[in-house]
Amino acid sequence: MSTRLANSGRLIDRSKPVEFKFNGKRFKGYEGDTLASALFANDQMMVGRSFKYHRPRGVVASGAEEPNALFNMGEGGRFEPNQRATTQELFDGLTIRSQNHWPSLEFDIGAVNQLFARWLPAGFYYKMFIHPRPFWKHVYEPFIRQSAGLGQVPQEKDADTYEHFYYFCDVLVVGGGIAGLAAALKEGQAGKKVLLLEQTADFGGRAVVDGVEIDGKSAEAWVQDTLAALNAMPNVTVRNRNMASGVYDHGYVLGYERLTDHLSDKSGPRHRLWRIRAGHIITATGAIERPLSFAGNDIPGVLLAAAVRDYVVNWGVSVGDRTVVVTNNDDAYRTAIILKNAGLAVPAIIDARASGAGPIAAEVEKLGIRVLKGKAIAKVKGKTRVTGVKVCLQAGEGSVIEEIACDCVAMSGGWSPVVHLWSHCGGKLNWDEDLAMFRPDPSRAPTGADGKAFVSTVGSASGYLSTADVLKDAGLEVTTNEVAAAPLEPVWLMPQGAGPKLRMKAWLDYQNDVKVSDVQLAAREGYESVEHTKRYTTLGMATDQGKLSNINGLAILSKSLDASIPNVGTTTFRPPYTPISMGAITGAARDELFQPIHKTPMFDWHDANGADWEPVGHWRRTYAYVRNGETVHDAVNREILNVRENVGTLDASTLGKIIVKGPDAGKFLDMLYTNMMSTLGVGKCRYGLMCNENGFLSDDGVVVRLAEDTWLCHTTTGGADRIHGWMEDWLQCEWWDWKVYTANVTEQFAQIAVAGPKARQLLEKLGGNMDLSKEGFPFMTYVEGKLGEFDARIFRISFSGELSYEVSVPASQGAALWAALQEAGKDLGVMPYGTEAMHILRAEKGFIMIGDETDGTIIPQDLNLQWAISKKKEDYLGKRAQERSFMASPDRWKLVGLETLDGSVIPDGSYVPAPGYNPNGQRNVQGRVTSTYYSPTLKRGIAMGLVKHGPDRMGEVIEFNREDGTMVKAKIVDPVFYDKDGEKQNV
Amino acid sequence: MRRYSVFAVAREGLRYHTGWERAWRSPQPKKKYDVIIVGAGGHGLATAYYLGKNYGITNVAIIEKGWLGGGNTGRNTTIIRSNYLQDPSAAIYDKALKLYENLSQDLNYNVMFSPRGLIMLAQTHHEVRGYQRTVMANQLQGVATEWVTPEQLKKLVPIINIHGPRYPVMGGLYQKRGGTARHDAVAWGYARACSDMGMDVIQQCEVKGVRTEGGKVVGVLTTKGDIDCDKLGMVVAGHTSVLAEMAGFRLPIESVALQALVSEPIKPCMDVVVMANTVHGYMSQSDKGEMVIGGGTDSFNNYTQRGSFHHIEETVRALVETFPMVSRLKMLRQWGGIVDMTGDRSPILSKTPVDGIFVNCGWGTGGFKAIPGSGWAMAELMAKGHSPLTQEFDMFRFREGKFIDESVAAGVAH
Repeated sequence: MSTRLANSGRLIDRSKPVEFKFNGKRFKGYEGDTLASALFANDQMMVGRSFKYHRPRGVVASGAEEPNALFNMGEGGRFEPNQRATTQELFDGLTIRSQNHWPSLEFDIGAVNQLFARWLPAGFYYKMFIHPRPFWKHVYEPFIRQSAGLGQVPQEKDADTYEHFYYFCDVLVVGGGIAGLAAALKEGQAGKKVLLLEQTADFGGRAVVDGVEIDGKSAEAWVQDTLAALNAMPNVTVRNRNMASGVYDHGYVLGYERLTDHLSDKSGPRHRLWRIRAGHIITATGAIERPLSFAGNDIPGVLLAAAVRDYVVNWGVSVGDRTVVVTNNDDAYRTAIILKNAGLAVPAIIDARASGAGPIAAEVEKLGIRVLKGKAIAKVKGKTRVTGVKVCLQAGEGSVIEEIACDCVAMSGGWSPVVHLWSHCGGKLNWDEDLAMFRPDPSRAPTGADGKAFVSTVGSASGYLSTADVLKDAGLEVTTNEVAAAPLEPVWLMPQGAGPKLRMKAWLDYQNDVKVSDVQLAAREGYESVEHTKRYTTLGMATDQGKLSNINGLAILSKSLDASIPNVGTTTFRPPYTPISMGAITGAARDELFQPIHKTPMFDWHDANGADWEPVGHWRRTYAYVRNGETVHDAVNREILNVRENVGTLDASTLGKIIVKGPDAGKFLDMLYTNMMSTLGVGKCRYGLMCNENGFLSDDGVVVRLAEDTWLCHTTTGGADRIHGWMEDWLQCEWWDWKVYTANVTEQFAQIAVAGPKARQLLEKLGGNMDLSKEGFPFMTYVEGKLGEFDARIFRISFSGELSYEVSVPASQGAALWAALQEAGKDLGVMPYGTEAMHILRAEKGFIMIGDETDGTIIPQDLNLQWAISKKKEDYLGKRAQERSFMASPDRWKLVGLETLDGSVIPDGSYVPAPGYNPNGQRNVQGRVTSTYYSPTLKRGIAMGLVKHGPDRMGEVIEFNREDGTMVKAKIVDPVFYDKDGEKQNV
Repeated sequence: MRRYSVFAVAREGLRYHTGWERAWRSPQPKKKYDVIIVGAGGHGLATAYYLGKNYGITNVAIIEKGWLGGGNTGRNTTIIRSNYLQDPSAAIYDKALKLYENLSQDLNYNVMFSPRGLIMLAQTHHEVRGYQRTVMANQLQGVATEWVTPEQLKKLVPIINIHGPRYPVMGGLYQKRGGTARHDAVAWGYARACSDMGMDVIQQCEVKGVRTEGGKVVGVLTTKGDIDCDKLGMVVAGHTSVLAEMAGFRLPIESVALQALVSEPIKPCMDVVVMANTVHGYMSQSDKGEMVIGGGTDSFNNYTQRGSFHHIEETVRALVETFPMVSRLKMLRQWGGIVDMTGDRSPILSKTPVDGIFVNCGWGTGGFKAIPGSGWAMAELMAKGHSPLTQEFDMFRFREGKFIDESVAAGVAH
């Protein structure tokens, strides 16, 4: 059984016991435990069920590479599925539940899949469930989905907070083992700004566990001394519990810092995502031990050899009382020695190498441990935990020589450097035949914009396995007490000649249930590319992303194909190194802070006065001001009629306002707009159209010439940033020698449209020094001066067809001006109106709206806006495009007005079918509606639309479709429904 | 070819699956083929398949510089829908959807087409009107779509937050027949069926040149030697420009990185595909339980098959806003693909200035869902010289300004 040892455990604090709950049972552990070590201490060997066959699963590793020990953790808003027990530090009150079983971990119905395992090989679902067709959707798929998946679904909103953090450094060192510490020290001493990140809580990596002596002192002491030296340097920052999750182009690295995951106290941010720009990245990410592939290597109690000694040394727990070590290299002998010295039984070391180990063999012999050379495990015995192993010849087919009773198997198939970060941005690997590992190739490193390498590796990550070699790679010559190791012998299958029965039980990917036989099947069926094999078998696609399985699977594949391992190649390494929380990626940008809400200076007034809000771009605009007892629709109609009869105010502050200034500003605007803007007189306004290079209308608005070299360009609300970017795009990339400056001043000004027959009266009541008379302030001009106490710019422009002024004041005065207008206009019947009233007012006048009449496929000519296209200009953006044959075709749909015969409103988006069908069997169409409203002014439905040959078909009745399949009849009319001669706006 | 069935699997199970034959042969190229398709992605393989199936043209080679299905066919988020606004798009995507519905049976390979339904969220008034327009257009195109209210939507997608403080959900465009399929299986199924018809799927064979005589194609130079052909189909997505240059013509294509990510697998929680275009993110749940998430493209041109992290951030933020539970999940893997974009973001299926050469490219961010329809139409074009499905996707439309622009209906044209 697994248990807590009386002594040892360098990371646990036995004076601080903690309690946690596993599947409702109370367990005890110590501060410093990981969840995995604490489970071992409580003799909990089985921790979950596998993905496909629901096989019993136990912990196999001691770090980030763990594929099995995943739990539903926490409760409510702090619940999280798939938490890895080997990296989760224990805290008091932690609750976990095991995953992927029903009704319980011990008795799982899904385990029946094991009985059918021989009919459920890799890719079985591609060959089955084909007939009958409806069964996939209704029977097979729901069943597969239900039995797949791992953790439970979080039900409540996240109770934690997250934050982002920016960091810049000359050198980022990833990994706080001896290689990383040495590298950081060297760079720090050279005066570089250094950041060192360690993913776990502790420093030192393997060296401290293995008890190596460096220059006569213990690795532990060496690590503490080096850490102290680093912490004393002002130019060096050291962070633990912070994993470099991904390397991106241009030296961008993400650091995933876990702040409260190890604490009972969850106040404060849970994770902090470091967005690091590093001049150079050194990955000292170490190496991961590989499992061996033998039958039953997935039974709980079979662990990586190094993990077994980690549990003893770091946390003072023994996985079993009797541990059989099985290996193809010398390193696993250390496990035997440590176990023996801890008073545990090691009945045998099974070494696949006929020649056995180097000098370390003498050490184990001294301890009385039996070494079986050239042997292998034929099969592990046990169901929910190991009860023994059957030994055979490695060179044979698995005939059992003897059985050894044991309750733990410690296996080692060699080591694989952690090359993920090296590979994220394209670093290439070499296959090292002697060590049987992929090592980073420094001559093919990821390169930056200067063509130089921006990532390098050090220590075990480079493929150096002894402490002396690791530190030498980091630039330190040291002496150690290590003995020379005999060469490893690659063993990809155990025994070498294992038959199909054994291969079906030799696991490669524990979580996804991929076995040696599956990879061989993939190869046999022609899924020869490593990517095909991965995708066909799901090898390496589990939550550990193949940290344990990929190289072993690759080797099996290359053997099956009779190709060399480097020729088969690896799959692509993608970020993150281990999964990172979506919460951390989101950071603080959630709920109200998801995207900034832009508020106009009058926002609070609107909110207090019944505003029904509508998101428009980043803004919130008032759709309508709803009074007590009114529906939104009532409010809109009331607002419209009041503008037509009295006066209304619209918060138009969101309209884009871009200043364009400079000696070449006129020339620039002539290129940007279809109209001529350079000849606009100072003090005058002109409605302008903008098109993209393809000739399509992209924005419109009133342009005002403020001074000889200065224009103010109004854009649509949604268009301000886009058009400003568009201007800068042309100025910076194409016309970089033109002397033009632009500034987006949208938020610097509050703007209020005052519209209605009593608009002039209202403004005059505020007083000031401006002449607002018909003669003194004609249509399409602007004045600047005092309006009452306000510093105002007033534009006499109209989007409603009424006498209308748009008053612009500094943003800080907006709220006061708005209030002043409401107060002064009380006896004139002033009312605010919202965006919907604005839309209908303009539709009654036949004014187009960008986004309604246009959709990115409409040219000005379609909307009968030829008058706004200058004939005198040689060029403007979109001109040549508009001359293309299809653009100039008389068959293009053109803008018309539409009146339903019965007065009803044509549905939004409705089309006009034409007789017949096209060659693809679709109904022919001849037009569609673009804006459709109930007009309270005209007391009927009105609409605008685009109709083939429309302007030539005035008076014709056409039919529009409805969603229910019926049709609505409408007559083609002039799009100006109200005040055709413009008498109301020109008073 | 031995057919796949539950009985075949049962029989093989008894002998440790040693009797399965290769899904596709691994032949050396012949001297000459009637048709060579360059590119063994979904579109290229489907083109070859329908050439054989519909027109009896089986002396065909599909040549691929890497491994089949290794480009965007194996990198996308597997969404299938046909609720497009413009007629030519709706026609070809709906053809594809109809073929997907029977593809597993047609190919005798389970591509796991799962018509679980697809909803595009409307989160502004503007989007509401846009999708209502799509419903109306779809009605006349014979594509069944409907408008659903926020309440109906919440029933279909219980994990959604319809009261988001920033962009409340105002309704959605729902296509019940839409869904997902297993992307790799589509390529593998077509490859197996092509191979079975006697076609040669030749992997690890890169085209180095295109040979023409008198304005007509006569063959290609490859890393496995010269191969002659009467007709040549270029179906290589982002690398079409490179291939076209070898043949002496140019195409209006740009390549940008599109990224996607998956969460760790969880138990089933969302049985429908949801796209939220205002906030820029979409999500479905795979059969394995992973939440499959996609977003927008990088704004700069790129060939590296990886993208910038800020797009991942934007996408995840959008998803957390739309589905708050996502915040407690973890990102397992992110990846990128290179998508080939045309001027109007619609594909090109066309004859070219070189007699006998045809192109099929420019599927941008929406190619996977089109695979069967694209192959069907391309085969018709190559066999007969014209196809009503490809007519409007002619490469010369850019000269005339005859765009097929879908961005009208959705900010993201996936």
